[in-house]
Amino acid sequence: MTTTNLDTVDSRRRQRLDTVQRSLKSRHARERRFQGMGLFAVITALVLVTILFASILMRGVPAFWQATLYLDVHLDPEVIQVDERPVRQAAESPAQFRERELVWLNQLGMVNWNGLIDEALKAHLPGEIESRQTRDLRALVASGERFALRDRVMENPGLIGQTISVKMLASADVDVWLKGNIDRSLADSRQQLSAQTREWADYLKEQGVIRNSFSTALFLNTDSRSSPASAGLAGAFMGSLFMMLIVIALTVPLGVASAIYLEEFAPRNRLTDLIEININNLAAVPSIVFGLLGAAIFVGYLGLPLSAPLVGGLVLTLMTLPTIIIATRAALRSIPPSIRQAALGIGASRVQTVFHHVLPLALPGILTGSILGVAQALGETAPLLLIGMNAFVANVPSSPMDQATALPVQIYLWQGNELRNFFEARTSAAIIVLLGLMLSLNAVAIWLRKKFETRW
Amino acid sequence: MTVSVTVPMAMNKRTLESRNVKMSARGVKVFYGENEALHGIDIDILENEVIAFIGPSGCGKSTFLRCLNRMNDTIAGARVEGQIALDGNDIYDPSLDVVLLRAQVGIVFQKPNPFPKSIYENIAYGPRLHGLARRRAELDDIVESSLRRAGLWDEVKDRLDQPGTGLSGGQQQRLCIARTIAVSPEVILMDEPCSALDPIATGKIEQLIDELSESYTIVMVTHNMQQAARVAHKTAFFHLGDLVEMGDTDDIFTNPREQRTHDYITGRFG
Amino acid sequence: MNLVLIATVLIVMALAYQIGLSRSRAVANGGVRLHSRPGYYGVLVALWCGLPALLLFGVWLLLQDAIIEMLVVNQLPPELAGLSEREMQALMRRIGALASGQGLAGEVEAYEIAAAQQMTRLESMGRLAMFASMAVLAVVGLVLAQRRISPQLRARNHVERVITALLALSSGVAILTTVGIVLSLLGEAVHFFSYISPAEFFFGTVWNPRFSSAGSGGQGQFGLLPLLWGTVMISVIALLVAIPLGLMTAIYMAEYAPPWLRSVAKPVIEVLAGIPTIVYGFFALIVIGPFLSGLGDLIGINIRATSALTAGLVMGIMIIPFVSSLSDDIITQVPKSLRDGALGLGATKSEMIRQVVLPAALPGIVGAFLLAASRAIGETMIVVLAAGNNPVLHANPFEAVSTITVTIVNQLTGDMDFSSPQSLVAFALGLTLFVITLGLNVIALVVVRKYRQQYE
Repeated sequence: MTTTNLDTVDSRRRQRLDTVQRSLKSRHARERRFQGMGLFAVITALVLVTILFASILMRGVPAFWQATLYLDVHLDPEVIQVDERPVRQAAESPAQFRERELVWLNQLGMVNWNGLIDEALKAHLPGEIESRQTRDLRALVASGERFALRDRVMENPGLIGQTISVKMLASADVDVWLKGNIDRSLADSRQQLSAQTREWADYLKEQGVIRNSFSTALFLNTDSRSSPASAGLAGAFMGSLFMMLIVIALTVPLGVASAIYLEEFAPRNRLTDLIEININNLAAVPSIVFGLLGAAIFVGYLGLPLSAPLVGGLVLTLMTLPTIIIATRAALRSIPPSIRQAALGIGASRVQTVFHHVLPLALPGILTGSILGVAQALGETAPLLLIGMNAFVANVPSSPMDQATALPVQIYLWQGNELRNFFEARTSAAIIVLLGLMLSLNAVAIWLRKKFETRW
Repeated sequence: MTVSVTVPMAMNKRTLESRNVKMSARGVKVFYGENEALHGIDIDILENEVIAFIGPSGCGKSTFLRCLNRMNDTIAGARVEGQIALDGNDIYDPSLDVVLLRAQVGIVFQKPNPFPKSIYENIAYGPRLHGLARRRAELDDIVESSLRRAGLWDEVKDRLDQPGTGLSGGQQQRLCIARTIAVSPEVILMDEPCSALDPIATGKIEQLIDELSESYTIVMVTHNMQQAARVAHKTAFFHLGDLVEMGDTDDIFTNPREQRTHDYITGRFG
Repeated sequence: MNLVLIATVLIVMALAYQIGLSRSRAVANGGVRLHSRPGYYGVLVALWCGLPALLLFGVWLLLQDAIIEMLVVNQLPPELAGLSEREMQALMRRIGALASGQGLAGEVEAYEIAAAQQMTRLESMGRLAMFASMAVLAVVGLVLAQRRISPQLRARNHVERVITALLALSSGVAILTTVGIVLSLLGEAVHFFSYISPAEFFFGTVWNPRFSSAGSGGQGQFGLLPLLWGTVMISVIALLVAIPLGLMTAIYMAEYAPPWLRSVAKPVIEVLAGIPTIVYGFFALIVIGPFLSGLGDLIGINIRATSALTAGLVMGIMIIPFVSSLSDDIITQVPKSLRDGALGLGATKSEMIRQVVLPAALPGIVGAFLLAASRAIGETMIVVLAAGNNPVLHANPFEAVSTITVTIVNQLTGDMDFSSPQSLVAFALGLTLFVITLGLNVIALVVVRKYRQQYE
């Protein structure tokens, strides 16, 4: 090389230094802008999520407390004219006794329980209340409460003639009115309650007869159409519980077994390639397609009952299976080959290696993946709509074959209820319950992962 | 097959004494978290010389090399103490721009790491980054001259638009060297540039280093003592985070002052 | 009943295990070395005893109903032979209900009672026969296996072969699921296309499934295009929101965020990805919809509260965590050597990301986007709640639209009568949805896999 070459190198260096230096300012500005954009994206996402949670909490949390009437009801024997509760005689057959009992129950059912409640209310209200105002009066109390009163007497007929203190849910409209969830300045014609009832409600609230108390109904009752104030999640919860038990019982063994086969035993060939693509694809198939599968095969072809948690559980099982297989395979793959070689090296068979050494080490990962899969199944709605789990169910299901609904479906049903300003809050409360369950499942999964996290 | 890598060393060892100090380090310590990896390194690197760092693995030679253009900044938990200067300016001075520093002190890594782009784009990347070419023709010039200097032009001139990852290992490494030259840095750091290459490719790279030493200061790390002996003017021996000894390559290999150096080059440990 | 039976088999298997165990010990007492440990002989005997019986049980359950039905049909009075398939099905349902002791609506014919009695008889006979053959199989298996126990018997290998076969079988479930999906969708869709021609369905521009007086033979009009259009519109809006935000979030998380932020944010993002879509739907309905509509009033555009925009926006929010965690995985897979190469040349961090990391990660990121698109297209609950269900072709994102998924829910919810085109169309829509998402998923999976292999 020549000196000219060296000179060009030197001059190029000088020139280059200048150029670089000149460009630096704008390049660093671009760098800051880019980083700013990243931060902006993160913050936007966080803000959106915060708004989501905040809006649901703001609407939902108050719904855990409900306007409740604290009344003293006189169980007037004049009104409750029933015989003694029948006791089974020695000579009587069960059928005969049942018949007598039914007669007695019928009598109880005929009692004017509303009248008793009316009297109890009147005791707290000022002035004379005419019988034409009875409708306004009854609008105060959730319509289901008269049955609660009846059931109480049925359980303990000795109460007749006494005055008992009772907690009664106020009607949904009263709850809405007192919480200010409806515009108080709306004209009478657009209010759900008559002016008289509204006035009474305010008065009773002032007197402390209506108080906001924790809504056990939300947790202990099933859905109710006639008495929205007492609608609860118990039925949906049991439905979800049955489905989750089915999902756990089926997906975990099946998923883990197939993952073990694919990861540890299956030969690598086109077939297993196909299976792998198939499983990955299944994990991304829209959930509603699984609903169609359930409707066509489980309900249509196999003739399993509509709205049954059994069918829901099976559909969700098929939906969750790929997730669990993928998670388990990842867990198995993270176990270093050296462990397998060590076990094989001392004469263990492949099956023994997998079940004695690899599987125990992969267990935390498998558990975490399974929990996340089940949590996902718990929140799934769409496929359940297609197998009839959106039916109105008034009883708590006692087996997976009974009609039932599920927590997310209950949310769907409530958000569509025409009593918007009551059910908006109720729905939010249900969402809080569902999210609470899911987040605790997630928390358990994350905790497990942290606790057992191993680096190889 | 014999490869001609015999470079007339004597001719290259021009008057080293008259050269300026290009980079200098004083009391450089490096910590990874709590762990002190280097225990105070003092060294002067002269302009246009080839200096090789040798030593057993884990001795800190690569760590020190990466300090010289602040590549250690990218490692979480790494911390550097002491002073390193380029042309007398502290490169760890907060006011100094690391982008500018790296334009002056280029680096070639152990494993060839061409970008998944065409050969042309690989070379053009640096000049584009720094805005060194105003026109396409200028850029073409830079690409061609860099490839020529890296001795790769004849092999790739017909397929500049093909991906750089398609070249052989040795070609990839020369591509990476060309990529570094394209920015025309003053110092080129090489971190075991031949450890992933076969002997033929290694020979070519060594020849290239020798040619480049005319216009660049080259600092290389190698685990191969013969390589150091073949290409380096000076050699520094690192051991357990200390710079044990540094001197002219011939002296280090024939007449080491320290016992540890002697043990290492005669193969007692390492 | 069946549960009891299975439990019995399991107990018998436990007994067989004990027998095998003691027998193998007895053999070993003679001082001979057994090939396998005694436990394996026990398991082998148990498997021989239990598996054939269980297999028989499964097959029997599958076939019994069909066989009994055939026998019953053969016994029906000859004048019923002319019944159509559907009438026959209804009749069999009545007979089945009679046989299982449920009440029936309407008159019960004498031949129905006879058939029901015959059915009951056959069922109890079948059950007995099943018990007997299961018992015989179990005993035979037990005796045979127990006889075979000898020191040379490679019990462990036999047991392991059975275990491997069971594992392989369970990985077949995932395949069966896909087959089930394809068969059920295809079967019912073909049924649907016997009412409505495929051309009319795929290229029709009017969706009006109600019986219409004008038009094609009173069947209503089943044009897919309005639904497909709505689906595409909402998905595009969702991706426009999710891709920039999700990608930038991923970049920030992978490249800029300090480790502590990463360790907090990653689980949070995972949890967000698990929030049920019904919750997002509700959020769209009560927060985003009214907000957008108010915003529209403010700037003088008419935006419906339930519109393509509302649904798309919220769906975008839902997909952000999905996009960001997929992209994050892919970005962090770009090898450090490439980053070092760019930084070593003097690139700033953003230059390195934009010019080296992102191009290198592009195939993977595109794959992630495709998966996100497939997710958006298959999403149901958000659109059911927030898109407004208006299956009309129009290009205004501020108006209500309908999508494929919404229509599936609408057409199939409630009644399970698979005989009218109105409900069968759900399967044709499901098939369309499945094919679209399958295409997207497979392309995405292949692209991502290629990408992974490149850097492994």
